[in-house]
Amino acid sequence: MATNGTNGTNGKHKDPVLVVVQLSGGNDFMNTLIPYVDGIYYDSRPLVGIPEDKVLPINDRIAFHPCAAPLRDLYNEGKVAIIQGIGYENSSRSHFRAMDIWHTCEPETIATEGWLAKVIREIDPDGQNPVTAVNFGRGLPRALAAPNVTATSVGDLDNYGLMSSIEIQQEREQNLDIFKRMYTPAVGSGQVMEYLGQTGRDVLKGADILAVAPQKYKSNVEYANNPIAKSLRDVARVHTAGLGTRIFYTNHLGYDHHAQEVPTHAKLLTELSEAIRDFMQDLRDHNAADEVTILVFTEFGRRIKDNGSGTDHGSGGGAFMIGEKVKGGLYSEYPPLERSEWLNDEDLKHTIDFRGIYGTILEQWMGLDPVPIVGGTFEQIQPYVETPTAA
Amino acid sequence: MVLTQTKTDLDLVAHLLRRAGYGADTAEIERYSLKSYNNIVDDLVNPERFPDIEDDLLGRFYPHIAANKDNPGVWNGRWIYRMINSQRPLEEKMTLFWHGVLATGWTKSEHSPSMVNHIQMLRENCLANFRTILLELSKDPAMIFWLDNNENHGQSINENYGREILELFSMGIGNYTEDDIKNAARAFTGWTFKQPLPLYPFGHFEAKFIYREDDHDNGEKEFLGHKGNFNGEDIINIIAQQEATARFVSRHLYNFFVEDEPQVPAWSIQPPNNPDAIQTMVDAWFESDADIRHVVSVMLKSDFFKEARMKKVKSPTEFVANVLKVSGDYRYPEPGLEVFEGTLIAMGQKLMDPPSVEGWHTGKEWVDGGTLTERVNFAVETLNDASKPGLRTIIDKIRNMDTPITPEKFVDSILESLCRLDVSDDTRDTLIAHAYETGDLKFGSEIEIQNSEERILQIVALAVSAREYQFE
Repeated sequence: MATNGTNGTNGKHKDPVLVVVQLSGGNDFMNTLIPYVDGIYYDSRPLVGIPEDKVLPINDRIAFHPCAAPLRDLYNEGKVAIIQGIGYENSSRSHFRAMDIWHTCEPETIATEGWLAKVIREIDPDGQNPVTAVNFGRGLPRALAAPNVTATSVGDLDNYGLMSSIEIQQEREQNLDIFKRMYTPAVGSGQVMEYLGQTGRDVLKGADILAVAPQKYKSNVEYANNPIAKSLRDVARVHTAGLGTRIFYTNHLGYDHHAQEVPTHAKLLTELSEAIRDFMQDLRDHNAADEVTILVFTEFGRRIKDNGSGTDHGSGGGAFMIGEKVKGGLYSEYPPLERSEWLNDEDLKHTIDFRGIYGTILEQWMGLDPVPIVGGTFEQIQPYVETPTAA
Repeated sequence: MVLTQTKTDLDLVAHLLRRAGYGADTAEIERYSLKSYNNIVDDLVNPERFPDIEDDLLGRFYPHIAANKDNPGVWNGRWIYRMINSQRPLEEKMTLFWHGVLATGWTKSEHSPSMVNHIQMLRENCLANFRTILLELSKDPAMIFWLDNNENHGQSINENYGREILELFSMGIGNYTEDDIKNAARAFTGWTFKQPLPLYPFGHFEAKFIYREDDHDNGEKEFLGHKGNFNGEDIINIIAQQEATARFVSRHLYNFFVEDEPQVPAWSIQPPNNPDAIQTMVDAWFESDADIRHVVSVMLKSDFFKEARMKKVKSPTEFVANVLKVSGDYRYPEPGLEVFEGTLIAMGQKLMDPPSVEGWHTGKEWVDGGTLTERVNFAVETLNDASKPGLRTIIDKIRNMDTPITPEKFVDSILESLCRLDVSDDTRDTLIAHAYETGDLKFGSEIEIQNSEERILQIVALAVSAREYQFE
């Protein structure tokens, strides 16, 4: 095993854990971290620009969106690393393609292996623990998918398991036994048929493991009633149960702000930052925060100029790393706003490659060699006060 | 029933009805088989030969305010009802096909009447010329709002629709430039909609397409090598003539009806599984000047279609409809259909609300641990009651068999009743071995009848839980 942390049960230090929060649709970086003293910002965004007297400054140049107060508070505590200008060369403006690139680290070709699936393969090469990686939501993100790699995808943590409607336990067990036999590997059955067989067998195993999480969990934190808050609560329930999960994946939908950006973006940022605040509090209450890094990313930023109602697909986005061991602050550079620096005369330049941020997490946090996972060597940042390697 | 005049192989009919419809029960398969294969396909691609669903009658069971169109859950269920009951199965299948390609969703608009009308627009044009489909799509209020064409003005363009009509709805990435996108967007300026009544107090009413000449960019445009003062119709006409369009739409049809292809983003790089099949469809496109009815007919009559058994993973919608075809639920109008919205969400396909403009990822990506669990649990829970009409038919058929009713006989009868499910020898052996533990079925005493019915239902539940049932 390539991990550096020791076994999670010895009480000294626990295996590092990564929680990925995907903002789907292309979050507007310029309206999340606002260059609130820059005239170009206000000139370019007469409609969606956030007025200077509303923003939440973190220094004399940059401010959080007014609805991101909980995130700003965590930043002030020194727990949030802001990665400015994250992206890659020739940023794709297609949601589909851009998300694929972030999930596979392959901007040039179509790849079939997700970057986190490769991490699972490193951590659990024999696929012994089907909950090494757990996704909350419908469908497995490509980042977690690769041939012969197991990741569990949970829609409803409270009712997870096969044939749960059969009330007579003996009959259910008999059926599950036959199910297991029908899902055993068969020679020459074809790749997709075999994938289904593996999936079925993993569900049987994973359901047994996950069943304990809702039973064990107790918390004083009251999460809001929205999808991202529910997902992060589910992450907390599984993480605090100590089932050996090293990667959690969640998805916050709705960031495609071509129109009506001002109210919808405010609502999403409120949901997101409150959910992260509650999640961090929950982990702290359970003494389970030290081993966690949260990565918040999106597939692209948006155009510098607004379109009269929202903003169109652009490049040069932003990401966050959040955690107890994160060294809060601003990383990389805010993309230059002078007109002469605009990409294609309408876009933000990227100032750091996303594969360097993945590499940072992989090498400094997860203790893995990033080169084969992200497909090369990319500039890293130093966002940790303490890493599992040093501990 | 003894069939003496069967003209088409029952397995082939079942295959066709799984793909060009949502599965079929034994009686339906036998009825279709009385015609020759090509005649069956001709009936399917000419749905107007058969009566439409009596939607008004169904609507009486779903009384809601705002023109009975305020609740997308109800409309998910009402669509499922159409899928399992329509005498025009291909029409409902093509509607779902276009819904996945020309993906438009309720989440952004939260405006059900326009989404309901959008689906009806797809249904009415599902086998039309591709130009007609794109034209009606471009005038569709749900689509206009979904891709912000109401924000696309002569003085300041919003290129969202201009981009997606090329990238996702017709040609695919790599076949046009960023300038083509901007010029397409300019041509669609002024294509917008109006609300007939304010939202309050009566709720949403159908939005209507309008063309605002004063908001249209009348300047000269350059698009895919053509120059002129183009409006939206001209752009669509040029798009329909592109070989890239014929290829892209044919590949979508192939992926939906014949065999799972790689996901759409890979198409510009990975060649089709069967390039000859795509070429056959592209030829059909050009010989009919983009007539979808003709392209689909050629596809369904081809050898590559007939041979493509078990090559597709069922979508959640197909899976749910298939299971309901077996259970016999909802064969007549009744309340309760809205429950299927939640079922479909859990399996990863909320009808009328795809995750994004890219539609759904298909094929094996439908299935992961979570969605497989949902599928198995839904099927097992739905097929648990011997009084349901579809299950009654399966039981009665077995009960009327010559004795002894051996495990082999009744397991095979069950598999046949599941739209002639073709399982591996291993799966069949496992089911038969389990059935042998309690021997032949007997229907002598009340106790025997009850035991036999329970054993039949258990085999049904296990068969629909098998891997093979995830395929079609």
